[in-house]
Amino acid sequence: MKPVPFEYERPHSLKAACQLLADDEDAVIIAGGQTLIPMLAMRLARPSRLVDISRIDGLSGIEEQTDNITVGCMTRHAEVERSPVIASHVPLLSAAMPWVGHAPIRVRGTIGGSIANADPSAEVPLVLVTLDGTITLSNATGSRTIPARSFFSGPMMTEIQPGECLTAADFPVWQHSRTGIGFREIAKRHGDFAMVAASAQVSVDATGKCIACAIGIGGVTDTPLALPELASSLVGTAFTDQSVHDAAKAATDNLSAMSDPQTSPEYRKRAATKLIADALMAARNDALETSEGVTT
Amino acid sequence: MTEAPTSFRYVSKPRRTQEDRRFVTGKGHFVADIVPDNTLHVALVPSQEPAARIISIDKSAALALPGVHDVITGDELAAAVEPMMNGLDTPAVKRYAMAVDRIRYCGEWVAAVVADTRAIAEDAAELVELETEPSDFILDAEEAYRPDSLAVHEAHGSNILLDRTFTWGPVEQHFSESARELSFRVTWGRSSTVPIETFGVLASWDGWRDTLDVWASIQMPKYADQIARALRIPMNTVRVHQDVDVGGSYGVKRGIKHTVLAGYISRKLNRPIRLIEDRLENMRAGDAHGPDRIFDISIAYEDDGRIRSMKMRALDNAGAYAGRAPFQLGKPIGAIVGPYTIESVEYQAISVTTNKAAQEAVRGFGQAPTNYAIETALDRVAAAVGLDRVQIRRRNYIPSDQFPYLIPSGTSYDSGDYQTVTDKVMTQVGWDDLVRQRDALRADGQLAGIGIAACLEPSGGNSSFEPLLNPANTTTTWMDSCRIMVDGAGTVTATIHTTSSGQGHQTLTATIIGEVLEIDPDQIRVIHADSQTSLPSNSPVGSRMAVMLGGAAFNAAGKLKDKLKRIAAKQFGASPDEVVYSEGTFATADGDQSLGWMDVVTIAHRYFHLLPDGEQPGLEVTDVYQVPTGGGLPTEDGRVQMYPCHSFEFHCVLLSFDPILAKPEIHRYVIGHDCGTVINPHIVKGMTLGGIAHGIGAALFEEFTYDDQGQMNAQTLADYLLPSSHEIPAVEIVHHCTPSPFTVLGQKGSGESGYLGAPAAISGAVNDALAPLGITVDKLPIRTAALSDRIAAAANTQS
Amino acid sequence: MKCQLRVNGEDHTIDVEPRTTLLDALRDNLKLTGTHVGCEHGICGACTVLADGEPVRSCLMLAAQADAGPEITTIEGLSTAPGELSIIQDAFCEAHGLQCGYCTPGMIITASALLERNATPNRDDIVDAISANLCRCTGYGQIVEAIELAAEKLRQRNASPSEASQ
Repeated sequence: MKPVPFEYERPHSLKAACQLLADDEDAVIIAGGQTLIPMLAMRLARPSRLVDISRIDGLSGIEEQTDNITVGCMTRHAEVERSPVIASHVPLLSAAMPWVGHAPIRVRGTIGGSIANADPSAEVPLVLVTLDGTITLSNATGSRTIPARSFFSGPMMTEIQPGECLTAADFPVWQHSRTGIGFREIAKRHGDFAMVAASAQVSVDATGKCIACAIGIGGVTDTPLALPELASSLVGTAFTDQSVHDAAKAATDNLSAMSDPQTSPEYRKRAATKLIADALMAARNDALETSEGVTT
Repeated sequence: MTEAPTSFRYVSKPRRTQEDRRFVTGKGHFVADIVPDNTLHVALVPSQEPAARIISIDKSAALALPGVHDVITGDELAAAVEPMMNGLDTPAVKRYAMAVDRIRYCGEWVAAVVADTRAIAEDAAELVELETEPSDFILDAEEAYRPDSLAVHEAHGSNILLDRTFTWGPVEQHFSESARELSFRVTWGRSSTVPIETFGVLASWDGWRDTLDVWASIQMPKYADQIARALRIPMNTVRVHQDVDVGGSYGVKRGIKHTVLAGYISRKLNRPIRLIEDRLENMRAGDAHGPDRIFDISIAYEDDGRIRSMKMRALDNAGAYAGRAPFQLGKPIGAIVGPYTIESVEYQAISVTTNKAAQEAVRGFGQAPTNYAIETALDRVAAAVGLDRVQIRRRNYIPSDQFPYLIPSGTSYDSGDYQTVTDKVMTQVGWDDLVRQRDALRADGQLAGIGIAACLEPSGGNSSFEPLLNPANTTTTWMDSCRIMVDGAGTVTATIHTTSSGQGHQTLTATIIGEVLEIDPDQIRVIHADSQTSLPSNSPVGSRMAVMLGGAAFNAAGKLKDKLKRIAAKQFGASPDEVVYSEGTFATADGDQSLGWMDVVTIAHRYFHLLPDGEQPGLEVTDVYQVPTGGGLPTEDGRVQMYPCHSFEFHCVLLSFDPILAKPEIHRYVIGHDCGTVINPHIVKGMTLGGIAHGIGAALFEEFTYDDQGQMNAQTLADYLLPSSHEIPAVEIVHHCTPSPFTVLGQKGSGESGYLGAPAAISGAVNDALAPLGITVDKLPIRTAALSDRIAAAANTQS
Repeated sequence: MKCQLRVNGEDHTIDVEPRTTLLDALRDNLKLTGTHVGCEHGICGACTVLADGEPVRSCLMLAAQADAGPEITTIEGLSTAPGELSIIQDAFCEAHGLQCGYCTPGMIITASALLERNATPNRDDIVDAISANLCRCTGYGQIVEAIELAAEKLRQRNASPSEASQ
């Protein structure tokens, strides 16, 4: 399992990296390489050239903005996992991190790589889509920002254009004091890609009524999927097990779920229904627990 | 033979193993670590189709790539070597290292590229142009068994490698006499041991010394013999370096075809040739898949749950070539009634070829699937008569006072105390609490179940299944050996004559020799002789080394001690049986005269004039030890003594799963284990825990599935699911020791322990969890999504 | 291409194809064969090494990515001296946390990283850490025991694995 021969470049500026990509349509970016290198080993990826962006200044780091947290594309999963800023401002992302492969994968793997790779069952894209975050793409001449919900176009397919490099992702920060999160995943083995994952974030008012809600699922359809109708249908209600379950069921009924040799589409839908409901209830309970500390 | 001591100095003590030190520092000596100068590397060209005729193979583009030395095809190889040995009498099922004319499974090797580096070899492998004419293929065993089925080997005329029906005892009479009968089918999916190290071989021919040096990650009886035959060279030119550390095997590392290919290329090119499978080669075509088996079982039993008779039809999907697969239907004959008093058995053993990869030996050699079938029967009978599943087993156990116990198929079980082991497990697990815990999980909305499995691990392997299934083979010898030398400085060195793949053979040998000679085992050096300097061995298969190498080491040490005593006796003017030996000192019974270890050693090495008449100088002894139950050919009605020793294990497991997510979580796992005298407790514990983990894999995760195009789905470790530490619970082991009367220290085997009952126990637990829904799952592995789908289908039927 | 690697405290310059993994570079160029090849696609963990003290799979890293990059530690870098064992290695021997020894270097590297970060891991912490490393022999039980034992011995010395080896 040796890769095909390729050239290797390690530019020191984003512009140079984008130029390398623009000049050679068979060139690909290597960030952490945790998905690319297995594809290289199996010769499923056959690039002419690897453009290593790991030594470009400014692509790594976690930055607090007013309404969101910007995570640079070269930021390693392990840094996000251990980041107090992420834990306090985007706790849903913190909760998802332990589900990303195993620890050694997270040491090398990057947030940008995880998003750009666009595996439909990957956790980081799921959280980003759930929270309605944005993605910044750059090329040799400039950059653009697009909503994560319109970034993923299919399994392992994105809106990245030739010559573009994904440089950052922005995760919205909710300002409600009583906000909770829930992340649920079922994989064949712990650390495998999710058969189904559900991520939810819920805010409640002092009475326990839902005032904001976000919910998304991964692994079910061919892209990570936010369920905004389901989320908005729960705003203004007091969650009950039954109502949440019914809403989750309605949200998954008409989904076109993927299958693999071990996993039927029916399983994905059944499990999605349950995990959506579990994640929502967990988020709501988490929000209520938070509120105890705030209100008393 | 020296008397077995009753209390031990080193045996059964929790001593460190000798082997571990080199491994924890990364100083193991694995085959991939050995790369002589001028080594060339091999990559294989795999077939893309499950069945095809080869029209042409164009090597020119591959050969044109710089760094490529040769491209070998099946035609070239077949002209130069003999077909690989076939244990059955099926000469038309020919097999070479690579496809010749016909491709018979996806991934089968069609060409081998030899290059300066593995990467270049892979580059060139992509350039080999293969023109084929695809043909029909067959994957399903039942379909392959039909008389009108297309034959994978046309010349053989059918797919049937083996179809024998044995009737041991008055089966029909017992069926007609019994109050009740039940029948069912269970299926064991194709899985394997999948060691973390793939198979690898380095072969290097030296024409000036007429020597083919072979370093390989091998666990194969008669390996050098088979290489020599296939390559048409004298066996004494083959030197297998048995000191290579093998990175796990558990049965599968047979590697004959790899070695024949590498050996042929080395002789042709006069270069060391390295063929280290990558993971894809290993999974697709490494000859490393295990049993793939359908069981149809009928049970005749009484109202009280006593089982009188069993009919078992076992249909095994061998894959494209014979391999060892058919014999994996043979070994379970030696424990075909499990630990039970089943009075008669009808056993139909069928092995068929299909267009799947070839099957090889896997831990237990067919016994784990058979145990799964038998244990499912016990559970079904328990449910039918309304008995507790522990009680049903107790009611059918062979009583401890009836050993040696002759089972209908001709094997005498050596010893056992199944009730006591069961008692101990029941106490450890707290049965009533366990049931309450299960019921609490159920009340909480989970599907929860307890699984029980009782089974035997036949050990001390012989090959009686070979003459039984192939009358042309009358082999009854199945020995292992040990040589001990004491050098002039008095230090002790033992040689063993096989490779090791984690079983701790050095520790085993040193412990037993130390026990006999009353010397600290850590002072005894144990080395692996190469095959040219080896005494006969049959390698560590069939849980045999504790019994067989242990027996040889014990006897050799006894012979050495006898010789030392004779020498001492001569100095004392006494007879040898008057000499008392203790911790390196020889003395007369009255203690008046004594000699130290070095005194006697020095006489042996330097003072011929002091040696007893007829005594040879030096201190070197050997023992070649036959399986302790001897060796006999089968009777005409197919009865034969299979393995000599029978370890017992009793599993009890509690698991639960959500009815929708259906991912079983194991809450408690207790195993009672009786393998007689334990030589090293750490080693036996590790084997048992590892066997259980492997069994959990086979029960819940692992399978080489094929799609309807004959393509293998699980070619990587991302798809073939080996359990990680998250999937394996903490396991509690309860020990019991019923010594074997047949072995030197009362030891039995344990190399397959845990694995032989874990799949049955897990299956039983899942089925207990499903019992409230009135459904069963009858196929392993039981995978999450399929289990959930089954539950959902049942719910839909009910509503 | 030329790569400058810093491995076990020593600098090496090697000339490799860009497609060479760190795993192959360690084994073939630096002859550090204690790091093992298991799957070459990032699942089994047999090739685990430390990069700046963190466990990584060397089959999922190109040698080029380590060029003038993180300091690499292999199993050979954990032994204190020839014939001597580190506390973790000794604990693996004491608990027989291995059989065939093939996954063992990766396991010990992983254990070492865990204990460097967490002096008092509970069973779940250990299970989670080693879940990145597949073992086919032991069923993991004695590996967990070995790491528990190592943690205890390190606590008795009031030292992290790296401090204890100095």
